[in-house]
Amino acid sequence: MALDAILKPINRLGRGTASALAELGYAGAILVESVYFALVGWRHGQPVRPAAIVEQMRQVGIDAIPIVLLLSFTVGLMLGIQFVSAFSEFNAESQVVMAVAKSVTREFGALITGILVAGRSGSAFAARIGSMNVSQEVDALYVIGIEPVRYLAAPALVAMLVMLPTLTVLANTAAIVGAALYCAPVLEVSPVVYIIQTLHALEMRDIWEGLSKSVVFAVIITLVGISTGFGVTGGAEGVGRATTRAVVLSITLLVVADMVFSFFLNR
Amino acid sequence: MDAEPVIDVQRLNVWFGKRHILHDVDFRVMPGEIRVIMGGSGSGKSTLLRHLLGLLKPRSGSVRILGTDIAAASSAEVLRLRRQMGVSFQGGALFTSMTVGENVALPLREHTDLDENTVRIMSRLKLEVVNLGGFQDLMPSQLSGGMVKRAALARAIVMDPKLLFFDEPSAGLDPVVSAELDELILQLRDAMRMSIIVVTHELESAFKIADTITVLDRGHILMTGPVAAVRASDNERIQDLLNRRPRKVEVDTDEYLRRLTEAEVD
Ligand SMILES: Nc1ncnc2c1ncn2[C@@H]1O[C@H](COP(=O)(O)OP(=O)(O)OP(=O)(O)O)[C@@H](O)[C@H]1O
Ligand SMILES: [Mg+2]
Repeated sequence: MALDAILKPINRLGRGTASALAELGYAGAILVESVYFALVGWRHGQPVRPAAIVEQMRQVGIDAIPIVLLLSFTVGLMLGIQFVSAFSEFNAESQVVMAVAKSVTREFGALITGILVAGRSGSAFAARIGSMNVSQEVDALYVIGIEPVRYLAAPALVAMLVMLPTLTVLANTAAIVGAALYCAPVLEVSPVVYIIQTLHALEMRDIWEGLSKSVVFAVIITLVGISTGFGVTGGAEGVGRATTRAVVLSITLLVVADMVFSFFLNR
Repeated sequence: MDAEPVIDVQRLNVWFGKRHILHDVDFRVMPGEIRVIMGGSGSGKSTLLRHLLGLLKPRSGSVRILGTDIAAASSAEVLRLRRQMGVSFQGGALFTSMTVGENVALPLREHTDLDENTVRIMSRLKLEVVNLGGFQDLMPSQLSGGMVKRAALARAIVMDPKLLFFDEPSAGLDPVVSAELDELILQLRDAMRMSIIVVTHELESAFKIADTITVLDRGHILMTGPVAAVRASDNERIQDLLNRRPRKVEVDTDEYLRRLTEAEVD
């Protein structure tokens, strides 16, 4: 029995690892297949329709613009407040422009956009595909001769790869405007001058850092949402659980990926 | 008849985990035949159907559809097969984000280069066939249960398939509507020379539409034969099923004790 007490958790850990690996493999397969269908699917009677991509772009991208702008504007303003108060303690207010510019473009723009889109669209992918799975709509796609990955996953992936970086650029802009509105009066310049100073402070690689993160975030959010959706069993309750799980898991992975990125890019 | 069977299943065995769900199933359907698969709940009807549809791949035994081994076929061959098969799922499985008309038109849009007008006309024709003329602009959520089944049937036949699969056509429908669906199935076979496979619980409907019946019981095929032969069968399990008798529960004491005391496995 004492042995059992040791073996049970090990057993459970082993099973957990195995299922995590299986999931990773499954998500990887979806990624590979989506790319395959997007590139050469049309040659094999499985085209990824531009109309489907545009529709996804609207849902994940265009519809998210107002909330992304609002949130990143607010965060920009907050960063401005914090940096001004922190730097003023040792009379280094002039560094505020630089600090805001770099932290927004390298970090916060992409992260805030990623978290928002994970909440909006990652959950929507999981819910939509999950409920299609439960009602046999995914089976119906198969028997009609439509590969579900081509029809459901590929358009979402392409749309996310385009829209998440785009949203990130918008978020960067809104955050810097937000910071400008608070900081410019404190620094005794006009907001326009503040923004010009920001543009001077920024290097190309700051922007790239944020954008390359957002590409990785797009892949994470899409794959987690979609593979969770395809894995749904157990009716409406299962769909609900999958939705929650997709959001929690994708935000967790997103933050970890962000940390890893920041670590390696800033050494 | 010397024609090739449209469906040829040989020695199909299926396991889910350690449970043996289908045992050495042989299943053959000839062109133009209406075959009904009958059997109690949990006997493996849906599992067999999922293998016929290629949604599950056999690990042991073979499934040939229209002469092609569906597990070994290339994706191009599978696609060619799929264009010749129509399926109406138990719950309809209409795409909830599309109108009824778009649902029916989807296979045409995906598999043909027909222009938009032709697609619209053809899908409306099929809706007329199932008595849903004029309902093309409704969403699936606005349809009644019987209408959903008929719309799913329209989508299943829109490509004029050689093979039509129908899971539980009458489940959850009132007797009149379900009789109408039976009529429709017979008409489809006569008008379009389809081979039709129907899974059903309903005895009355089975006897009305079937040419031949396959009786499944706990994963075994008890018999396959014409309606009259099945009715006349002296197999006790078949008679239980036909006369709605509760099955006799045979208690195997050892097995029973083993089940109770067995440690948790999975
Ligand atoms: N995905 C699955 N995983 C594990 N077991 C399964 C799975 N699908 C079916 N089974 C099992 O296989 C057996 C046959 O199920 P199946 O759905 O084929 O029965 P059925 O004849 O269609 O029953 P019903 O008339 O109730 O629909 C059942 O015991 C069921 O528990
Ligand atoms: Mg069933």
